[in-house]
Amino acid sequence: MIAFLLRRLGQSLLLLLIVSVIGFAILHLAPGGPLSQFAAGGDMTQADLDRIAEQLGLNRPLPVQYVEWLWRMLTGDWGLSYRDQQPVLHIIASHLGATLELMLTSTLLAMVIGAWVGILGAIRRYSLFDSLATIGAMIALSIPTFWFGLVIIYVFSVGLGWLPAGNRYTMGDGSFLNQVHHLIGPCIVLALVSTAVWSRYMRSSMLEVVNQDYIRTARAKGVPERQILLRHALRNALLPMITITGLHVPTLLSGALVTETVFTWPGMGRLFLDSISYRDYPVVMGILMFTAVLVLLGSLLADLLYGVADPRISRSGR
Amino acid sequence: MNKPSTKASGLALPALHRREVLALGAGGLLAASGLGARAQGKVPPPPPAKPSGQVVVGLSQEPTAFNPLMPGIEVDETVWMQIFNTMWLAQPDGSLVPDLAAEVPTEANGGISEGGLAWKVKLREGITWHDGTPFTAEDVKYTLELINAPGFKARTRVGHSLVKDIKVSGPLEISWRMEKAYAPYLALLSNTFIVPKHLLEKAADPNTAPFNGAPVGTGPFKWGTRTPGDNIQLVANEKYHGKGPYLEKAVLKYVPDQTALYAQFRTGQVDLIIGTGIPANFYAEAVKLPGRKVVKIPSASLEVLMPNLEHPALSDKAVRKALYASINKQAIIDIVFYGLHIPTESFMPQESWAYDPNLPKQAYDPALAGKILDDAGWKRSGSGVRMKNGVPLEFAVSTTTGAALREQCQQLMQQDWQQVGIKMAINNMPAAVIWGDFYTRSKFQSLLVGTAFRTVIDPDPAHRFGSDAIPAKSGNGANQMQWQNAEADALMKQGQETFDMAKRKEIYQKLQVLVREELPILPIYQYAPVEGYKEGLIGYQPNINARQNTWNMGQWYWAK
Repeated sequence: MIAFLLRRLGQSLLLLLIVSVIGFAILHLAPGGPLSQFAAGGDMTQADLDRIAEQLGLNRPLPVQYVEWLWRMLTGDWGLSYRDQQPVLHIIASHLGATLELMLTSTLLAMVIGAWVGILGAIRRYSLFDSLATIGAMIALSIPTFWFGLVIIYVFSVGLGWLPAGNRYTMGDGSFLNQVHHLIGPCIVLALVSTAVWSRYMRSSMLEVVNQDYIRTARAKGVPERQILLRHALRNALLPMITITGLHVPTLLSGALVTETVFTWPGMGRLFLDSISYRDYPVVMGILMFTAVLVLLGSLLADLLYGVADPRISRSGR
Repeated sequence: MNKPSTKASGLALPALHRREVLALGAGGLLAASGLGARAQGKVPPPPPAKPSGQVVVGLSQEPTAFNPLMPGIEVDETVWMQIFNTMWLAQPDGSLVPDLAAEVPTEANGGISEGGLAWKVKLREGITWHDGTPFTAEDVKYTLELINAPGFKARTRVGHSLVKDIKVSGPLEISWRMEKAYAPYLALLSNTFIVPKHLLEKAADPNTAPFNGAPVGTGPFKWGTRTPGDNIQLVANEKYHGKGPYLEKAVLKYVPDQTALYAQFRTGQVDLIIGTGIPANFYAEAVKLPGRKVVKIPSASLEVLMPNLEHPALSDKAVRKALYASINKQAIIDIVFYGLHIPTESFMPQESWAYDPNLPKQAYDPALAGKILDDAGWKRSGSGVRMKNGVPLEFAVSTTTGAALREQCQQLMQQDWQQVGIKMAINNMPAAVIWGDFYTRSKFQSLLVGTAFRTVIDPDPAHRFGSDAIPAKSGNGANQMQWQNAEADALMKQGQETFDMAKRKEIYQKLQVLVREELPILPIYQYAPVEGYKEGLIGYQPNINARQNTWNMGQWYWAK
């Protein structure tokens, strides 16, 4: 077990290094730079721009910049944002709460509904419900989030006035109910797609299980159908879902780019988008590394949990 | 009549392209059209005795830089204006009103002497910083010195670099000398916010001082809290030296998508939209919203076609004249931009005291354009594209990717110019790319850009038009079109050295005639952005001479 963990740790560190090199290179080699936002205005002269580039260290060769960034990273200094001069970790931390709130709610919603739809679809395969669920899932997966978000705002906020048109809370209010009210719109949008995904996974996982011999045996023994489903089928069908959940962990914290923008949600997704458009290199690199760590942790967690849930897969066997 | 091939789509103008390009150097001079309280038609109720209520200002860009001397974009000034003060402040009519200063220095009152080389400013009594420390001339001295301090990331040193021998001769008296006479410095100081010496000098490095994240100033509002990516809350400074503040709290709310921002304005979550404003395609609908006032406001930003004058074809004045004669300005404004903007011939906003209203009017005349090109020796080749001495008359126009209305504008130009025998390609790029080296080092062939050609509110355009201000050549300035004209250089030098307004007006009118003749830029229109506010908000007043229309937020209040 320990050997497995150490091996995984070593692999992860190597992967992180590779991710950082590729990320750094792509980011800095892409045309444009953090000073573009100032240049367009026309009242900063080239001398001003050059001086600031020099002060930010943007004129030095890329490898030098990378090594310096890496060194500081290793000593725990993630750098300062070019945009607001705040420490990168501080900026990431200040956006995490909003993202976690939104993603956790919508994911729970999607998992519960998705699992239910998937199970029901598998049990009643090719029924009207199953067909409708399949078509519904295809439509949900095909709808662009951006458009769907605007439609929700247009219908429920602008038209009917039931939901706020965005934000995390009303300025000057911020009570729990007020926050829940604001959560509904973006949650519907995010949950729509994830529900579709979860229901498809659940359905196929369940289908695989219900055709197994032991289920037939259970039926032959006269075990009640309800018990067969809950005790025998569902428990086994949920196993692959652990992996999917593990892989989903990073999404919980890295946020939803589009939905957060449409609903003015001050989360990680929007921070990433804004930082990229301003070429705020330290923040983009910070988010990239943060997400990479999460991905590695998520898949490690999934592997470990899988072992716990299914004793057949034993770590020592590897 | 060339109609754009696609109707402007209503939804989803991503915020980025406009944020970078549209609302650039605002400011200007003279006569805002008296919107605000007066336009509501009746005498407004008196302001409350004690600050009360809050206002939520919707912004489509996020203010992130809070040290007003460090690099920032226009939206950052929304915050600076509330927290800090300048020595004097430009009014909508262009006049300067003393703020931290007791009076605006002039040659007449002796504040400016020796032909502009010696400056002396008396400061107002009884002003304190938000932490209670008295404001003194030492703060002004510290501010001017910090801007020029070698390691400090100052936003710009234009004008300030000429200042030397700063002397404090009393707690409220300061004087300095200039290396040369430079009239625009008065305007530059109307945009130079004074920072507290006692807080910044304590910091080991002013670039990373805690002050930069929680600024302390002398302004009508004090720093409250900030939720990054979402909002900034400011609270009333009850010891403010000027009128107001009447609001207890001001929230600057960042809504990154312009369509979403407009939706929040409709549903009442934000009380007003300023800055990049309401998208043109919503204007007709917005004016009909109940309980909202939606106004076209004056802006000093111009939309221009900026040719690169080192381009083999565009360097020919005849080509630029032909291009200008075959732009269908009216169609662009009426069809593409919903009739919002104002056609212009000058690089100067029409509200400026130096504006020349008598410049020749451009008229859409493809036949004339063809004749100009024929006369200049640009002959049609087999492919229909004109040639001269082996140089084909073709070039690319670049602008920010995704700016739907600008793209339609490009298509209109392309069609019109094709008829005249000019081949235009469209080469658009994301904001962070196009306004990088591509722009500053003049790597473009031509640009469609919204920008301003003056020094804060002063008509001086030397950093945009001077032949010593070509960044690709001298590493300085912002003359990206690379215009070199000795007569213009001489006029701009005179303009900078003269403090007499009547004489300066004459100089800048000559310069406008010259620019209209030489066409280093092809002016298309002056922006008329759309802003909106909730009925009952008293005191909002557009000011073409302020970077943002929160310039007088201390005097806003709600009618009960």
